[in-house]
Order: sequence, then C-alpha cells, then structure tokens
Amino acid sequence: MKRIVLAGNPNVGKSVIFSQLTGSKVMISNYSGTTVEFTRGQLNTETESFEVLDAPGTYSLEPTSKVEEVASNLVDKADIVVNVVDATNLERNLFLTTELLERDVPIILALNMTDEAGHKGVRIDVDKLESLLGIPVISTVAVSGEGLKELVDSLSLSVNRSKIPLNISDRWSYIGDLIGKVQTVVHRHHSWLESLQDASLKPLTGIPIAGVVLFLAFQLVIGLGELLHEFIDDYVFKGVYESLLMYLSEFLGGGGFLHNVLIGQLIDGAVDFEESLGVLTTGVFVELGVVLPFLAVFYLVLGFLEDSGYLPRLAVMVDRSLHRLGLHGYSIIPMVLGFGCNVPAALAARNLESRRERFITCTLMAVAVPCMAQLALIIGLVGRFGGAYLAVVFASLFFIWVVLGLIIDRVMPGYTPSMVVEIPPYRVPSLKAQAKKLGMRIKGFLIHATPYILGGILVVNILYTLGIIDYLGILFAPIVQGMLGLPGEAVSTLLIGFLRKDVAVAMLVPLGLSARQFVVGAVVLAAYFPCAATFTVMVKEMGIVDMFKAAVIMVVTAFSAGFILNLLLDTIIPAAYLAAGLVVLSIVLPLVLGSTSDRRELSDLDDAA
Amino acid sequence: MNVSLVEMKAGQSGIISLIRGGPGFTAKLNQIGLREGKRIKKISSIFKRGPVTINVDNFQVAVGYGKAIRIVVEVDNIETNSPGR
Repeated sequence: MKRIVLAGNPNVGKSVIFSQLTGSKVMISNYSGTTVEFTRGQLNTETESFEVLDAPGTYSLEPTSKVEEVASNLVDKADIVVNVVDATNLERNLFLTTELLERDVPIILALNMTDEAGHKGVRIDVDKLESLLGIPVISTVAVSGEGLKELVDSLSLSVNRSKIPLNISDRWSYIGDLIGKVQTVVHRHHSWLESLQDASLKPLTGIPIAGVVLFLAFQLVIGLGELLHEFIDDYVFKGVYESLLMYLSEFLGGGGFLHNVLIGQLIDGAVDFEESLGVLTTGVFVELGVVLPFLAVFYLVLGFLEDSGYLPRLAVMVDRSLHRLGLHGYSIIPMVLGFGCNVPAALAARNLESRRERFITCTLMAVAVPCMAQLALIIGLVGRFGGAYLAVVFASLFFIWVVLGLIIDRVMPGYTPSMVVEIPPYRVPSLKAQAKKLGMRIKGFLIHATPYILGGILVVNILYTLGIIDYLGILFAPIVQGMLGLPGEAVSTLLIGFLRKDVAVAMLVPLGLSARQFVVGAVVLAAYFPCAATFTVMVKEMGIVDMFKAAVIMVVTAFSAGFILNLLLDTIIPAAYLAAGLVVLSIVLPLVLGSTSDRRELSDLDDAA
Repeated sequence: MNVSLVEMKAGQSGIISLIRGGPGFTAKLNQIGLREGKRIKKISSIFKRGPVTINVDNFQVAVGYGKAIRIVVEVDNIETNSPGR
C-alpha cells in the first residue's frame, strides 16, 4: 500500500483534507499546532488503497520544535507527498515546497483555501504554477470538499512521475520570481471580521475584548453547566435512576460485598449519590451527572474559541505577563486546554520551542490548572459553603501558578525566548464542525474516563473492606491530620486522586468536613500530583528525569499550600479577604519582581550581535 | 529612517532592512515569512515591552519584544497611509 503524507505549514487545513479523504475523525481548529502527532487513515479509490498520514504543520524541513521534527521525519517515509498550501499566503508556503522539491519523492500541491484567497483579492494562475513547478497543482476548498476528487484522481497520475531535480541556492528569490508570474492581488476593502481582527490586537481594545471573552466563557461554563447538571440530577438521577437502584439494593439483600461495591452504603435507608460511594451510585453520578454537563459546556465554548481563531490573540495579550513567569504567550493555549483535560494540554506543550518552556508549562499546568472534571466537583461541592470559599480555591491555585512560575524562572538556567507566532484570520465557526468536535471530545471522555472512575471507586471499596485505609490513615496522620487538619481517612482521597481527581474530590463529602477543611482538601488534591493519565503523557513528553523534578515540585507545593491555608483560612483571615489578598499578591509580585527570562534573553542577544 | 519594530509606530509601514541575530534566529524568522526586503505594516504593540503585531502580505504575526527589537525596519518617509488603513 502506498503511503501519502500530508505536509504543509501550520493551520493550512491538512487535517481537514485528511478527514475528507479518509473519513477519519481528527481534531481541527483555527490556530497553529492543533495536530502535534501524526494520524493514520486509509483512502480507498476505485483502483487502489492508500495509507494517509496527517503530519503536524511545519514551516521548514529543518525543524525548530518537537512537533516539526515529527513532520520532517514523516516526509522521509512518504511514497507521495501532498503538500497542502494556503492560497492566501502562497509566498511563505512555497518555502516548504521548494525544500520538498529537493527530496526524492513525488509531490502534489493542494492549493487550499482558494475561496478565502478570492475574498482577499488574491488570484493565482494554477496552470502556470503547475508548469513552473513541474508538479500537479490542484485548487481546493477543503472544508466544503471542493477539488478533493481531482486531488484523489491526481494521486494515481503522480505515481508515474519522475523526481524533479531542483537545487535552489536562493529559495526566496526563486519564490519571489515565481509569485510575480502566477499571482495578482486586487485591492479591496476591510471586512468587519478584519476590523475586529485588528481591534483584538491593539491594547486599548484588545484587553477589554480579552476580559469580556474570558468572563463570558467562565460565566457560560459555570451557569450553563450548573443548569444542565441540575436538570440531569432532577430528571434522570433522582427521578428514574434512584428507584432502579433501590430495586437492585433490595435484590442484593441490602448488604454484603457486592452490594458495597455496586451500591455502597445506604444513607438513612436510601441511595445517596454523593455519599454512598458505590460504582453504580456515586461512580455513575460523578461521571454522568456532574462532570459530563460541565465538560460538555466547556468543550462547546472551547470549540468556539479554537475555531474562531481567538486563542492566538489571547496569547498576544497575555504574552508580557507570562514572560514574567518564564513562559510566553503561546503557553496560554496548553493552559486553556488544561481546563478541559490535562492530557491534551501536556501534548500541546510540544509546540513550544525549548525544553525549558515545555517544563515550566507542563509543571504549572499540572499543578495549578484543574481539569473540568475536577472543577465540576469543586464548583458543586465547595460552592455549597459559599462563593467566598470557592474564590479561595481559585485564588490559591492562581497564586501557586504565579509564585511557582516566578521561582522556576529564576532557578532554572537559561531563558525562554520570546515568541514568533502566526495569527490566523478570524473565521466564523461552522456548526457542523463544532458538533462533530464536541461529539469526539465527549466520546473520548466517556471512553477514557469510565474505567478510571469506576475502577477508582472499586479500589476504594476494596481498600476500605481490607482495612488498608484505616491503617494508612494512622500512618499518615502527622501529615494529613497534623499539617492539613484533615481527618485521617482523607488519605483515601489522596490515593484515589492518583487515578481520578473528580472521584477524589467527591470522596471528601462523606468525611463531613468543615468549609476550611474542604478548601484545603480541594487545593491539595488539585496540586499534589497529576492523575494517572496525565502522568503517563507527561513522562513521555518530558522524560522521566524532568517528570521526577516536576513531581517533587508538585508534592512540596501542594502540602505547603495546604498547610498555609489550614493555618490562615477562617482562623486568622476570613475567606473573602484571603481570596482577594491572594489575587492582589499574584498580580503585584510579578510586577515588582520583573522577568529573569527577559533580562537573560536581552543580554544573550546583545552578546550574539 | 531605520528603526526597530518596537520603535515603529502602530499604523506605519516599511521594509525590513536588517535582522540582527545569529543564523538560527534569522532562519526562524525567515521561515515564518519575515526576512530582509519584506514589506510590513505594524498593527500594534502591547504596552512598552509586550509583543509587536504586524501585517505581512496576507497574514499577521506576533513577535515577542526580545525578537522585535532585533528587527530593523526602513520606515516609509511620506505618511501616505492613514493609521487605520
């Protein structure tokens, strides 16, 4: 089977073409670096089958990041390369094309987004481009499927092609020449989207826009998530499911090991979805009744932010602030993704250039960015004690994020170079694409989370039955009771937190904690260690040594934070004041301390120049 | 008039005349489409030491402060363009 590799600059639509050719589902967004690993699919034409590989975007075959390395290696293994090119930016895109032309492999040029190029007044003479480059050029609009049939037809033609020996000493002048011959640009007026585009990049308008977008996103997730959660709780869980479970409970004889595992403890003779701690009661409730509604709304909002092209603009607005933490603006993308799930966030960190910024991004994200599953439980459960306590949890995590960043940036040698990123045009997200993406993400959650959530509850029950929790409770009493002021049994939540954080937070409920204890528990659980799935990905991405360093940072941070919160909250400082104080400190500290990365980068560049 | 991207004013256009830095630095900027001789227009800078955003051909690029001060632009003498374009 012949292997086709889709190669091209970031954000030119390789994944859209891939999904159209193979019917496979892949993540597609409107910003550079959505695809960080290659995806494999199959294309069957009338005469033969092809294996299709969707490579991450790259500007050059001489890679500058881990992601680009993947792309460059894939090209070496291709039988045919489909070079996807953004017709609106032909000149820059052709740089990679000239590099590809020097390789011993048949190439087909897919001139994508020709519709958008038309709107921008860019006209390209396809026939002329084809004859000048000496390779087939197919004009496509991937999102609507235009030109893809021609692309497939040309695959069999390209098989007989001989390689084009092209040795270009000065690529840019060659490209400039070519562009002069094939492209004409007609002047036209700004569209409203383009005016908005510029407005969101200017500080006076861009910062309010960023504020409004983030505020709306937050409000939507909390408000709509809560609404959906209550609806499911009332109509599905309390309505139908509870009585079903009561039948099952009676059938199982109201007790015994199997009853304990499946139903858990009956509270006042009835199923309590929060406190029973059975696989079918608390397990199913946490996953479908609490996490799913919030997660669905979050991914809906995220999908819109991704596809509209707003995220890179947010990166520009926060670049300066993130620089003080040893990061740069583009690190905001893994952070935002992390609020959904830390796993794709750790993968997205691959787009960052240096090991240093990958380390800082992954560590800060894993410590201080709780995933939506965990957040849903925190919002629901801590929220019961009042908004001020919820604010303390968020403020503490924000404070940890800032202070850790300031410390790591100073301790870690080197600097984080400032960014150069392409900012995609705004595009109106298509509802169909949004629905597809949301469906993929929810399916992914159900498939990946279910075994951990149900398994986690099963493990708790076994540990309780065997008396291991009681034993560990005594063993870790100095830390759990002495430092954190939590009951010894809370050690069970720390154990389960390794598997699933949402279940761990839910397990705080039956312990009957005070507001302060609940806040301490939630913050420690969020920060102390990544869950199993995140841990696995982080080891793969960072290597075992860096992961070990990160883990030490996490454990020390989490327990110190828990200890300090236990000391201060409510005993010395009321919740609302503590939250406000932490936020103010988080903003003032970086301003006062400045950025080490900045200073190091400037002096380094001065040395080089 | 030759100034760095940072010193250039929002709305001004010009031609990149010099990229001051090592080969790796220059190559990285070249790949994304910023190279000597290229016509650009500055959209904004985010405060004093924040990133600079520019229009090049049909796309927009954000360049962090540390890189932006190494890019020298020959700014158009006659201000024919209105700031809002």
